[in-house]
Amino acid sequence: MGALTSWDMATIEEVYRKKKPKAFAADRSPSKAEVWWWFFMRLSGIVLLFLVLIHLYIMHLVDSGVERVNFEFVAERWDNVGWKTFDWVLLVLALLHGVNGLRVIINDYVHRPGVRTTVKATLYTVTAILMIMGTAVIITFDPAVGG
Amino acid sequence: MPEVTLKVLRFNPETDAESHFEEYRIDANPMDRLLDLLHEIKWYQDASLAVRRSCGHGICGSDAVVVNGVNRLACKILVKDLPSEITVEPIRGMPVIRDLVVDMEPFFAGYRAVKPWLITDDEHEPTRERIQSPEERERFDDTTKCILCAACTTSCPIFWSDEEYVGPAAIVNAHRFIFDSRDTGAAERLQILSSSNGAFKCRTAFNCTEACPRGIKVTMAIQEVKQAALYRSV
Repeated sequence: MGALTSWDMATIEEVYRKKKPKAFAADRSPSKAEVWWWFFMRLSGIVLLFLVLIHLYIMHLVDSGVERVNFEFVAERWDNVGWKTFDWVLLVLALLHGVNGLRVIINDYVHRPGVRTTVKATLYTVTAILMIMGTAVIITFDPAVGG
Repeated sequence: MPEVTLKVLRFNPETDAESHFEEYRIDANPMDRLLDLLHEIKWYQDASLAVRRSCGHGICGSDAVVVNGVNRLACKILVKDLPSEITVEPIRGMPVIRDLVVDMEPFFAGYRAVKPWLITDDEHEPTRERIQSPEERERFDDTTKCILCAACTTSCPIFWSDEEYVGPAAIVNAHRFIFDSRDTGAAERLQILSSSNGAFKCRTAFNCTEACPRGIKVTMAIQEVKQAALYRSV
């Protein structure tokens, strides 16, 4: 038996060694993060069901719908701290619910560690920017600007 | 005797770059099992076909295959319940060793990880039986039925996309001990299943429940394990 040459057929053993499958390994540092995110998805899902439908109704269905939404409309609505809170809770829950869903999908389908880290880092950066921008608008909104 | 056409997905790692279907025509008896047809091929038509089976009676869990797109045990499905054209493929999500035989390692790695044995804090071997009431036994009866055939795990779309997912069968076998009144390893197992590739990767697709040849309510068991992990965390 000489050395393996390119025209030799690979044995099952060799094929197997090349394609050794990945398999489950528990996290090195156990955490309850997944448990809590799972629970958060259930809770936020229930709450969002109401928030989103109310939002949809007010912004798109009543009167002439989204056509009538302008600066004045927003200023009038946000004069009420309750609606400000409503919109902020909607922002936070919808953003976190959606982003966690994407995180889970990335974990499922993006296998190469480098690519996975990059995609997730991008996702989290965009999330942080959106969260900060949305929160800032709600907090610093000044009805006087519109005159 | 109805003639059936069996299309079998063949792969020989020593000669093939890709798997391909090969067709076999068989005079079958309506009461034949699919396993009998595979035997017919292997014994009389093409001895090179690789099939895995042991008991042939739905207990050993060796011959799970994809039959017309769904996971079934070849020994538990009859010709009369199948159309005259039958496709047979190896179960999905695990590397094919040859033809219908797959490498079960990703499956068993998940199984081993949940410590599928009785854990007690007894310092010594007990001198008498560990008593359990019929109600306590009933609590986990459904998940004792598992035969480790991998039909559930290899029907799971999450497992297809990520072999590192522990898989439904492993969670079922964890359930069997987590809800056993004699066992004290629940905390340990729930911690393992709370890891990022554990029970919370389940997206309740219900493929596992549909695939189980033993009729185990697999998705239900997984949800119960998730609940137990959550209640333990609260």
